[in-house]
Amino acid sequence: MEFLAPADWTEALEAKAAHPGAVPICGGTDVMVELNFELRRPPALLDLGRIRALKDWEVCDGHVRLGAAVTFARIISALADRLPALATAARTVGSPQIRNRATIGGNLGTASPAGDAHPVLLATGAVVEAESVRGVRTIPVGDFFTGVKRNALEPDELIRAVRIPETAGPQQFAKVGSRNAMVIAVCSFAVALDLERRTVGTGIGSAGPRPLTAPAAEDFLAGALDWDGLAVSEDAAERFGALVAAAASPIDDVRGTAAYRRRALAVMAVRTLRWMTEKEAVAV
Amino acid sequence: MTIQASAAGIGDSPTRPDGTPKVLGAFGYASDLTVPGMLHGATLRSPHPRALIKSIDVGPALAIPGVRAVLTAEDIPGTKYYGLIAQDCPVLALGEVRYHGEPVAIVAADDVAAARRAVAAIVVDYEVLTPVTDLRAALFDPDSPKVHAGGNVVRHQPVRRGRADDPDIRALADVVVTREYQVGMQDQAFLGPEAGLAVPAADGGVDLHVATQWLHADAEQIAPCLGLAPELVRMTLAGVGGAFGGREDLSMQIHAAMLALRTGLPVRMTYNRRESFFGHVHRHPAVMRYTHGARRDGTLVFVTAEILLDGGAYASTTEAVVGNAASLGVGPYEVEHLAIDAYGAYTNNPPCGAMRGFGAVQTCFAYESQMDALAAELGMHPLDIRARNAVKQGSVTPTGQVIDAPAPVAEMFAQLRAMPLPPDRAAGDLLPGGYGNTTHGEGVRRGVGYGVGIKNICYSEGFDDFSTARVTLSAADGEPAVTVHTAAAEVGQGLVTVQGQIARTELGVERVAVAQADTTVGSAGSSSASRQSYMTGGAVKAACEAVRERVFSLARERGFQVAEGSRLAGGKIVSASGEPLVDLALVLGADVVEETREYRHRPTGPLDRMTGQGSSHVQFAFAAHRAVVDVDVELGLVRVVRLDVVQDVGRIMNRQSLEGQIQGGTAQGLGLAVLEEIVVADGKVRNPSFTDYLIPTILDMPPMGMRILEYPDPAAPYGLRGAGEPPTLSSTPAIAAAVRDATGLALGRVPIRPEHIAVPAQNAARDG
Repeated sequence: MEFLAPADWTEALEAKAAHPGAVPICGGTDVMVELNFELRRPPALLDLGRIRALKDWEVCDGHVRLGAAVTFARIISALADRLPALATAARTVGSPQIRNRATIGGNLGTASPAGDAHPVLLATGAVVEAESVRGVRTIPVGDFFTGVKRNALEPDELIRAVRIPETAGPQQFAKVGSRNAMVIAVCSFAVALDLERRTVGTGIGSAGPRPLTAPAAEDFLAGALDWDGLAVSEDAAERFGALVAAAASPIDDVRGTAAYRRRALAVMAVRTLRWMTEKEAVAV
Repeated sequence: MTIQASAAGIGDSPTRPDGTPKVLGAFGYASDLTVPGMLHGATLRSPHPRALIKSIDVGPALAIPGVRAVLTAEDIPGTKYYGLIAQDCPVLALGEVRYHGEPVAIVAADDVAAARRAVAAIVVDYEVLTPVTDLRAALFDPDSPKVHAGGNVVRHQPVRRGRADDPDIRALADVVVTREYQVGMQDQAFLGPEAGLAVPAADGGVDLHVATQWLHADAEQIAPCLGLAPELVRMTLAGVGGAFGGREDLSMQIHAAMLALRTGLPVRMTYNRRESFFGHVHRHPAVMRYTHGARRDGTLVFVTAEILLDGGAYASTTEAVVGNAASLGVGPYEVEHLAIDAYGAYTNNPPCGAMRGFGAVQTCFAYESQMDALAAELGMHPLDIRARNAVKQGSVTPTGQVIDAPAPVAEMFAQLRAMPLPPDRAAGDLLPGGYGNTTHGEGVRRGVGYGVGIKNICYSEGFDDFSTARVTLSAADGEPAVTVHTAAAEVGQGLVTVQGQIARTELGVERVAVAQADTTVGSAGSSSASRQSYMTGGAVKAACEAVRERVFSLARERGFQVAEGSRLAGGKIVSASGEPLVDLALVLGADVVEETREYRHRPTGPLDRMTGQGSSHVQFAFAAHRAVVDVDVELGLVRVVRLDVVQDVGRIMNRQSLEGQIQGGTAQGLGLAVLEEIVVADGKVRNPSFTDYLIPTILDMPPMGMRILEYPDPAAPYGLRGAGEPPTLSSTPAIAAAVRDATGLALGRVPIRPEHIAVPAQNAARDG
């Protein structure tokens, strides 16, 4: 197996063009597991760890632009105010050691239906910046996940950054795992309100072949929500939960049953909606 | 001047020698063994739970550069089968595979990658058969295919006492509760995977360095399969990263030795995590049906139980596990009328055998759940109904054995009840779902539950159970020094430390070395059944006593006065009152005093095949837990808030190690209660990794309150009682009871999964 270690982004794009079968690796928390389990044996690894520019984040045009190599630990420490739901999701990723290594770009590249960042990226309407020697293109995250661990990148493209709209209203993320930490999602849910445009975004993880949205639930809530008072009736909240559950296409597997996943999604949808619309969190 | 007892003797908590290296990552585990020129072994395993092998073509594997040997069952030099109790397990599959992951062929190559590629290149033509996977059908359906020619029943052990089937007896019960319980397949999940190094010797034999639990039992099984005389298989214990029963059966030992003898080169085999899930036996899954009848005041009238244990493809220790399930199957309670039938089955599921608690864990979940069900029917406190029926010294067990040592079960309940409950949930407390942010308090209910268990210590049913210790005393540089040598496996439990403590206490010498365990000294028996402090501790004590007598004789020969009642302390012979008489170094001079002793516990007897009557156990040990949980009843997520425990250990040998054992055993019981299960579907393992086989993390294991009682057992060395297993029994039912208390659900199966709580109707339909 060849190991390519470009010193900068231009070299990386050239390497990817020359070796389209090369698998990009940064933190290695997904790729190394697959290699160790002999699930795949790519002709080459393309190490992006030396490329400083990928590790930066910036704010521009109402977006937070995260370089592909920004780690989950960094999202938690530096971006909890600007991207609260993404920071909540980041806290559920693996263990501290994994969060120190794992990157947002790697999460996207793996494109697992259980990827912890994906529901938030869907709910907030994030955009993936893909680049090749041919140029840059932007892919709305809703178009990025094309199947089980498949994404919309061309063979010569690398993920350069992901652009996430700055918080335009309350947002929430919740993830069910059967252990209290360090667990793959049984299912997860994100929701974000855009108070200016009065739109609702949703994201569903681990309950379908790829991360999903719940468009019917979004439309319903956009209409049912009292945007000025930021309030919603009990019935409407329940209906929202039911529509989220209906949008999922879960299966029975070792992590949980399809019926449980639907049930849990409905519960999480109702609860996260309440947290966004009630002034105070429910007293414990 | 009086000489005080030696520091770091028994009752003290000296720092264990392996502690710091393990924390720093410097400890040498079996997987770290390396010698120049060694080859790397790998194993081809069956992808099918049941299939005939039509042919094996090793040619493509041999053609790979760097591959030195590819061996199949045809290449086994000696006996083709091995096993701890019944020799039914082929070294490599012989014409047939009986479980998913069964070894079919082995490879030695210059490097790991070549060995793995060679494994992948071996061509096996299988004729796939429908696996036998239903436990009840395997045992009782006459049309079920037979996994082995002799049928699918490994052992059926009835226990009969009184007249449990007599309608007149049953009529005495005011309440009768009948329930079915299931326990999933738990894994030992030790962190150091199976590994070892086989080095061929000039005399035609082999030297094996292996992480195992019982060196001599390994050697006794290995030698016949290699066609070697017993003395030609020499074993040394390599660094063990946990065992919990999972290293009782052989894994890579014979394979590595075959490859080393064939190639004439050292061969190391190291399983990776995935292979480890296929490389050792697991805890028997169980299906149990219990009926309990009690009087209005809670007194048990009768108990009947049917206990089915799935032993999987090979016998391993199923026979002994069934013996424990049968004899301990009603728990630490007095019951006049009982009828128990425990069965162990062959199926094409993964083989099951020893795991911490050994047949006493599964039934503990069932009988404790039954006690709670009775308490609920009668409106009694769970501890009151337990205390009413608890055994005590003098009680008769279901097998007719008199408990002749202290059994302070009722006092344990009183102590448990006196321990403070945790405060109500406060802001900032971790909620069910942990970091998943699934609740801010919605749907969360608190529950409290109790559990108590009874575990046999040491080997039972007439087994000739002994341990051997060699103790050497000499003087170097004017200072006495002791070496303790046994073959007992330090598997992380702290045995090396305890051996040293005993020698310090008995011989009054500070400088004590514990030699590497190997087979140049007699057998120590297994690091199993909570027995090593008792057995190897007993052997070290006996050898030290013999050394001490020799030293006294030597002193008298040399003209020193050694009064009656003298002892050794502070490097001297001292009088009964502690007055120093003479320095040991002076007595010894250049002499070396060495004594070897075998220690046996008192004999046990078999269980009658029809009635299960017999005094089969050496010692009984008890622990009791109280669990407090918070459950998100809508999402089915559990957070164990607190686990309090009371355990009687007879005598505390090393408090720090003991507390570690109690915490670890409790955590393993927590895992079985809410997390840990090897999921098997149609005979295939679905989750052979730590991604989906979830063991408790630091965020799952709550703080523990602990009360340790010391009621000495007069038959045991220092009065001690084996301590490693009892906490594993009782924490599971305590947590399950607490979850029931929070949810109101029956929950007859562990591990409890979120869907069992959140969508119970669906689950009832599926499991029913």
